[in-house]
Amino acid sequence: MYQTTYHRASSVDEAASLFGKSSEAKFLAGGQTLLPVMKQRLAGPSDVIDLSKIKDMIGVEAAGDTLTIKAATPHYDVATSDAAKKAIPALAYLASLIGDPAVRYRGTIGGSIANNDPAADYPAALLALGATVKTNKRSIPAEDFFQGLFTTALEDGEIITAVSFPVPAKAGYAKMRHPASRFALTAVFVAQTKSGEIRVAATGASQSGVMRVGAIEAALKANWSPSAIDSVSIPASGLLSDIHGTSEYRANLVKVMAQRAVAAAG
Amino acid sequence: MSTVKLTVNGKAVSVDVEDRTLLVHVLRDHLNLTGTHVGCDTSQCGACVVHMDGKAVKSCTMLAGQADGSSVTTIEGIAKGDELHPMQAAFRDNHGLQCGYCTPGMIMSAIDIVQRHHSQGSGGQLDEATVRQELEGNICRCTGYHNIVKAVLDAAGRMKVAQAAE
Ligand SMILES: Cc1cc2nc3c(=O)[nH]c(=O)nc-3n(C[C@H](O)[C@H](O)[C@H](O)COP(=O)(O)OP(=O)(O)OC[C@H]3O[C@@H](n4cnc5c(N)ncnc54)[C@H](O)[C@@H]3O)c2cc1C
Ligand code: FES
Ligand code: FES
Repeated sequence: MYQTTYHRASSVDEAASLFGKSSEAKFLAGGQTLLPVMKQRLAGPSDVIDLSKIKDMIGVEAAGDTLTIKAATPHYDVATSDAAKKAIPALAYLASLIGDPAVRYRGTIGGSIANNDPAADYPAALLALGATVKTNKRSIPAEDFFQGLFTTALEDGEIITAVSFPVPAKAGYAKMRHPASRFALTAVFVAQTKSGEIRVAATGASQSGVMRVGAIEAALKANWSPSAIDSVSIPASGLLSDIHGTSEYRANLVKVMAQRAVAAAG
Repeated sequence: MSTVKLTVNGKAVSVDVEDRTLLVHVLRDHLNLTGTHVGCDTSQCGACVVHMDGKAVKSCTMLAGQADGSSVTTIEGIAKGDELHPMQAAFRDNHGLQCGYCTPGMIMSAIDIVQRHHSQGSGGQLDEATVRQELEGNICRCTGYHNIVKAVLDAAGRMKVAQAAE
């Protein structure tokens, strides 16, 4: 790892001002992505600003039809939160599938979506549920937030403070886990909003990161059942292809995972 | 350089380290607690797992500064004098290790699994599938896992008895 200077911020404002004073700073939350990258010397920030001890950035709250997860809340807390399990059980389930127990104790939702790995879990939930990303400057709809591989709408120094999810009528998640990395080989989140809209998002599939799957949304709108997806065909073009699976394999996984997710949603 | 203050295995310690120092290197190189191992550089193997404030974490994926002010328990800190921790005893009795490289991390993760399930009120009724699933962050190149899983299930019973006796 290259030399760096560690700072522990106690408030969002302090973190923002520390960022402004450093030459090439990076925020550090759970460190479960940034530290491996720094160890490989693929990143060498002059300063790392630790957000994980900022009390205002930790917690899960349900109010009315909205579930809010503050950005530095670890995956383990989401997976075991009574509020999350009650409001959006599929979201708590998703958190319980991320990495392994040690990763879940440290890794956070803010770090996951800021990183926007094309095979990460949370982006699928944000997109399918129509969540809003809150930062220290503005609110960004999930639709606009994710902008391709490892790219988001965040500006330099902008801090995610929370993510708010509208509570859906129904939601389900199904993931084919890569057996070694545990990221999604492909995973699909399906949701039926309270106003009846159907939204389906797939992660681990597309070369441009998390995506909506319009063909499956249309099929589910006509008939909310796993069998409605039987006849849908997902084009393999634009999907990821690597030693773990071809794009044709992933195209089929999008269908199969969507069917399992609908079955799980009930 | 920064001064990092920790409680390690019940003892207060203070070390002066470069900010880029990982917790695992504080433990191994500065405190000579070499039971905690490093088995990978991708945060995937779990050989480095220790408990920080009661939770199993990968000490290779944490800066020493992040742990400042915390209480850390390593494999060296779980036995009571000559009496092995029930998890250590169960690993020995069930032949849950061969070369032993993964063992400290396995044991620290396994204790966390058992404690978590006891405290979640599942009555300590850990089943084999749950143990296998929750050991997913710990890789063993030798045993094939069967005896590790047996050891964890055995220890879950022993730890429940020990807890009830306290
Ligand atoms: C072995 C292993 C298995 C994993 N498996 C999975 C998996 O199955 N699914 C999955 O989705 N992920 C997986 N991950 C990744 C894990 O979920 C990470 O926790 C997550 O991607 C990053 O969160 P973090 O809090 O650790 O962020 P960090 O590593 O601390 O930061 C990541 C990036 O986000 C930025 N950042 C962090 N917080 C904020 C914020 N609040 N505002 C703005 N920028 C911020 C940082 O500057 C950095 O660039 C795995 C990781 C490991 C090590
Ligand atoms: S050394 Fe920490 S996970 Fe491998
Ligand atoms: S006993 Fe050798 S790696 Fe597990």
